[in-house]
Amino acid sequence: MSNQSRVNRKRRSLVIASACAGGASALATAVPFAASMLPSERAVALGAPVEAEIGQLNPGEKMTVEWRGQPVWILHRTKEMLEEIERTDGKVADPKSERKKGELTPEYARNEYRSIKPEYLVVVGICSHLGCSPQDKFKPGPEAFESQWTGGFYCPCHGSLFDLAGRVYKNKPAPDNLKVPPYTYLSDTRILIGEDKKRA
Amino acid sequence: MAAAEKQAVTGAGPFNGLLTWIDQRFPLMQTWRSHLSEYYAPKNFNFWYYFGSLALFVLVIQIVTGIFLTMNYKPDAAQAFASVEYIMREVPWGWWIRYMHSTGASFFFICVYLHMFRAMLYGSYRNPRELLWIFGMLIFLCLMAEAFFGYLLPWGQMSYWGAQVIVNLFDAIPVIGPDLAIWIRGDFVVSDATLNRFFAYHVIAVPLALLALVVAHLLALHEVGSSNPDGVEIKNVKDPKTGRPLDGIPFHPYYTVKDTFGVVVFLVVFSMVVFFAPDAGGYFLEHNNFIPADPLKTPAHIAPVWYFTPYYSILRATTDEFVLWVLAPGVVAFALLLIWSMKKSATRIAVGVIAIVLLAGLLSLDAKVWGVVLMATSVMIFFFLPWLDRSPVRSIRYKGPITKTALSLFVIVFFVLGYLGTESVTEGRTLAAQVGTAVYFLFFFLMPWYSKMDKCLPEPERVTSK
Repeated sequence: MSNQSRVNRKRRSLVIASACAGGASALATAVPFAASMLPSERAVALGAPVEAEIGQLNPGEKMTVEWRGQPVWILHRTKEMLEEIERTDGKVADPKSERKKGELTPEYARNEYRSIKPEYLVVVGICSHLGCSPQDKFKPGPEAFESQWTGGFYCPCHGSLFDLAGRVYKNKPAPDNLKVPPYTYLSDTRILIGEDKKRA
Repeated sequence: MAAAEKQAVTGAGPFNGLLTWIDQRFPLMQTWRSHLSEYYAPKNFNFWYYFGSLALFVLVIQIVTGIFLTMNYKPDAAQAFASVEYIMREVPWGWWIRYMHSTGASFFFICVYLHMFRAMLYGSYRNPRELLWIFGMLIFLCLMAEAFFGYLLPWGQMSYWGAQVIVNLFDAIPVIGPDLAIWIRGDFVVSDATLNRFFAYHVIAVPLALLALVVAHLLALHEVGSSNPDGVEIKNVKDPKTGRPLDGIPFHPYYTVKDTFGVVVFLVVFSMVVFFAPDAGGYFLEHNNFIPADPLKTPAHIAPVWYFTPYYSILRATTDEFVLWVLAPGVVAFALLLIWSMKKSATRIAVGVIAIVLLAGLLSLDAKVWGVVLMATSVMIFFFLPWLDRSPVRSIRYKGPITKTALSLFVIVFFVLGYLGTESVTEGRTLAAQVGTAVYFLFFFLMPWYSKMDKCLPEPERVTSK
């Protein structure tokens, strides 16, 4: 340290050090505030699995169950519907459910129909674009949004289309297929949504 | 003692003594003079100059009505919708206060958009008013946040799904997106926790920031002085004796009176909407928002309120094909244009590298991400106007045909995008929105070139007025 310099270097170092210490403490104080905005313990606990009774669901009908505050659709597909799905392979962006495998499609649903049993489709009814809930458009035929519509779901918010296996059409705002939640059959007519055998 | 040296206040009749007492303890007269009675504003302000003071007036309406609304509103997902209906039906004059607040939100945006358009017409953002413009843009951002948070509070279907869509925009950010969206919501879906925090933002956090920014905006304005429809500095020609600008008149009483007249006319129009058409045909208050929020069912047609629709159209227009055939070639073309007009080789290389990175991103990331990026850019780009506009003149009065055409096109496209954003999606409308999006961005990105090469008229020495 030089005493000739007009700046008292020791004092300056102390000022810098205390400013750094003060700044670091102020930043650290922000952590609890930011953390208080995360989901509370109660919100986390509400993510428990739910059971659904599907025996009364006739072919071609759909029911909605609430799981983690989100709509989960169970669609009983007819034979014609299953045939339509095979026909849309060329129109959908990810026919084999290969994107984000673990997150969107559990292993047991990674097939043509994206389900454990082909007749029953179980998906979270939330569009992968910005979280709207798409509408049922099961009837094939010309539609305003698609001239050769083969049945599926239409998102009213931004026009994304999904086929009857929840697979997203090409060149639509939504990037991914509808999410298949973890689920398992408790019996032939009861399913558990939110948990699969692997974890149970 | 400095206090004793101050001159006694005169001219206030019986209040001279009181004002002198205050002035010796607080810079009362100095503030009054520098911001009102001796703040010289150009004498040629026209119709467009009403909207700054009107925006301030609407801010006051919003704060006052907002305070009274919080007295009866309940920020609780189970009670919010019913508490708004309670205000509408059972609180004395509650309907009036609520309609003033909801109509005020739309009028706030009308005033601010016209105020911003004024700045674009007359080049009010040009040097030395860049910071003034930036403060104004920050106010605009706060206003958008305020409107968005406030819209969730009635907890109707549009409130719920609008918040769902906008919060999910953050989900598109690579890597941190999903966690960020959960942090913003405080839950895995929009829920009571979200409503509660949005209430906190809406009634305290954002208004505080807004007020601070309004003060900064006015201080910056009074530091550099107001521009005017001719875009010439009145400070350049001063009375040699008094040092006052020859084309300036004191803000008070001249413009306080003019602005009061503006407020009266504004109140006539505002009251007509509040009393006779408070939902403005579904544009100010959307019909679906009179249905309580249902997390399991999105309404058949959802759209944001009109003031967000231009940007929303841009978001929707960004499809895979648009990214591939318009955005990617656009980035290449713009990079070439930049490289061609840059002189230093270092900047040329930097532009090339950035373009290649962008291009790689465009071809690898989802169109969803780019939709969000384009939407954010469509708002943020306004910040850069002071540096994009390189015209030798400020005001549209002296600008050439290219700038006039460009600005007209921009206004048309802004309205078209705004209209499309309120409508549902069809192939034709998506195509129209894509054309609109391209024109919207060309207006800004080509401005440095067309504003410079345009044939402008010479600016006058002093302001003109009839």
